[in-house]
Amino acid sequence: MKSSARQTTPVKIKIAGLNLWYGDNHAVKGIDMAIPANRITALIGPSGCGKSSFLRCINRMNDLIDHVRIDGQVIVDGKNIYDNDVDEIAVRKRIGMVFQQPNPFPKSIYENITYAPLKHGQVRKGRESDALVEASLSSAGLWNEVKDKLHSPGTSLSGGQQQRLCIARAIAVSPDIILMDEPSSALDPISTEKIESLMLELRENYTIVIVTHNMQQAHRTADYTAYFHLGELVEYDETKKLFMNPGQQLTEDYITGRFG
Amino acid sequence: MNNHPFHDPGLKARHRSARLFKWYATASIALTLAFLCFFLFDMGRTAFPALWQTYVKVDVSYSEKTLRLTSKAIDRKYRKIVSRAWLRNIRRQVEVKPELMGHTLSQWVLADDQVDQYMKGHHYNLKVKQIAVVEALKVEGAIEMRWNNIFFARGDSKLPENAGLLSALIGSLLTLGVTMLVAFPLGVMTAVYLEEFARDNTLTRFIEVNINNLAAIPSILFGLLGLAVFINLFGLPRSSPLVGGLTLALMTLPIIIVSARAALRSVPDSIRQAGYGLGLTRVQIVQDHVLPLAMPGILTGSVIGVAQAMGETAPLIIIGMIAFIPDSPTSIVEAATVLPAQIFTWAGLPERAYVEKTAAGIVVILLILFLLNTIAVYLRKKYEIKC
Repeated sequence: MKSSARQTTPVKIKIAGLNLWYGDNHAVKGIDMAIPANRITALIGPSGCGKSSFLRCINRMNDLIDHVRIDGQVIVDGKNIYDNDVDEIAVRKRIGMVFQQPNPFPKSIYENITYAPLKHGQVRKGRESDALVEASLSSAGLWNEVKDKLHSPGTSLSGGQQQRLCIARAIAVSPDIILMDEPSSALDPISTEKIESLMLELRENYTIVIVTHNMQQAHRTADYTAYFHLGELVEYDETKKLFMNPGQQLTEDYITGRFG
Repeated sequence: MNNHPFHDPGLKARHRSARLFKWYATASIALTLAFLCFFLFDMGRTAFPALWQTYVKVDVSYSEKTLRLTSKAIDRKYRKIVSRAWLRNIRRQVEVKPELMGHTLSQWVLADDQVDQYMKGHHYNLKVKQIAVVEALKVEGAIEMRWNNIFFARGDSKLPENAGLLSALIGSLLTLGVTMLVAFPLGVMTAVYLEEFARDNTLTRFIEVNINNLAAIPSILFGLLGLAVFINLFGLPRSSPLVGGLTLALMTLPIIIVSARAALRSVPDSIRQAGYGLGLTRVQIVQDHVLPLAMPGILTGSVIGVAQAMGETAPLIIIGMIAFIPDSPTSIVEAATVLPAQIFTWAGLPERAYVEKTAAGIVVILLILFLLNTIAVYLRKKYEIKC
């Protein structure tokens, strides 16, 4: 890491010496990075650069894959989530995730929101659940569109609505951090715009880390941007600075479209 | 005219071979359909007479003498005309209705199978004198064909006119009940373990290969296994639906496991990812999100597995379910037989009257299989969740 981001806000996630191997394939190489609280941090880079693998290290999603080896530290609020006394389930409860393809459960909109909070014992059935559904859907800007059909299947919504439902579902378990893995790459421009403005609103209460292939999206939404190349973190800085005045030749080549 | 810009001399041959290919395909399906239609038509035609049974109207006298020797209840010239099974039943009639004693009543009585075959125009074995008696009864209107209740309401009998398949039907139901109760939960849980929990290593791959091999093992070997393990080792009662059901469960298991695994694999991984992303445990995800989506496929596979078990005869012969069972079994530990075994037994008997019963049994089994497959389609449609 050549140029370090000037941190003006407290650090939420501190990553130190993070390596990841898929079998013999060294996919993430010695990443050190500090992600600030209540900001949007974008990870960009060409396909196969390890940015998604890196993102999935932050909520231990990579633990689910066979033959994966991870070392290094991911320190969230002062605690390394890879410590032996940390349960990955608890990690994922506090660090939510939104995926590339909208993936609502094949259940009603209402159940999509309430299923996990009920299992975690965060709410009880009845009035508490109703309130949570309204609050989560409102935060995701979906309430007015679906309030009359809460019991129709989540899969009956349009792609953009489904993705906002997935965001509402992630918010419902009240995480601190939301990881987004190319959340709008499967959506049309209007839905994308809605997701982006939603992200800017959510920044007030959540720390957001987003992987994107769309550099305009990173430019428009992110406070900080990190450029990955072949598993290494090439450059990490304030978005404005990284796009206007990149410190590295590789970064400049990528953002000016010379490859990628 | 052959020099326009779209002229291609090779096209004609390509079209011809395409037509030929299409013709082969159509011909093969037509041939298959013809075989099927011929089979169904022949079965139906042979089975239809079994639905009717001949009855004759004769005088029956109830007295002390007839109770001692039941054939005396009927006039000598009708003795060979009337079913011995019916005559045997006279004692029970009197037990139920003692007021019959001392009376002679003209009543409809089940006819002997040879008379029945004569009436149906099949091959018969009657003496000239007996034929004359039957013809005389015909003229009097004292002989008629009636709906054959016996076939559906009684068990097997050594007298064809008295043989039915109720006991085999009940035996089949009990056996398949045991099969389903054992194979469904075991199969589904095995599939869930292999698909959702097991890590990919040498052991799980070894298990996988062997389950796939099990599905291809000749069924008679399962019968030998059932004989060795359930009867000889565990000492469970021979010929019982319990042993039969367990043996068929062994056979059905690989089918259920393979189809359940395919159904689980077809559930999009994004559903599991969504669950993990919310901090759900593996069990919660499988139980509440993956299994409901896979259920239609699992149910279809299971019903097809049971349908296959329903038609299975060889392993059940080995464990003794080919026994002669006149009375319907009332529990899973009594001796019983199953439909295909009953058909097998009837097909081996010399009396001509069993031919139509064999065919009728086959038609009944086909109808049940058709019903099971309809249920499979219905379940698939009903529980299908779009995602």
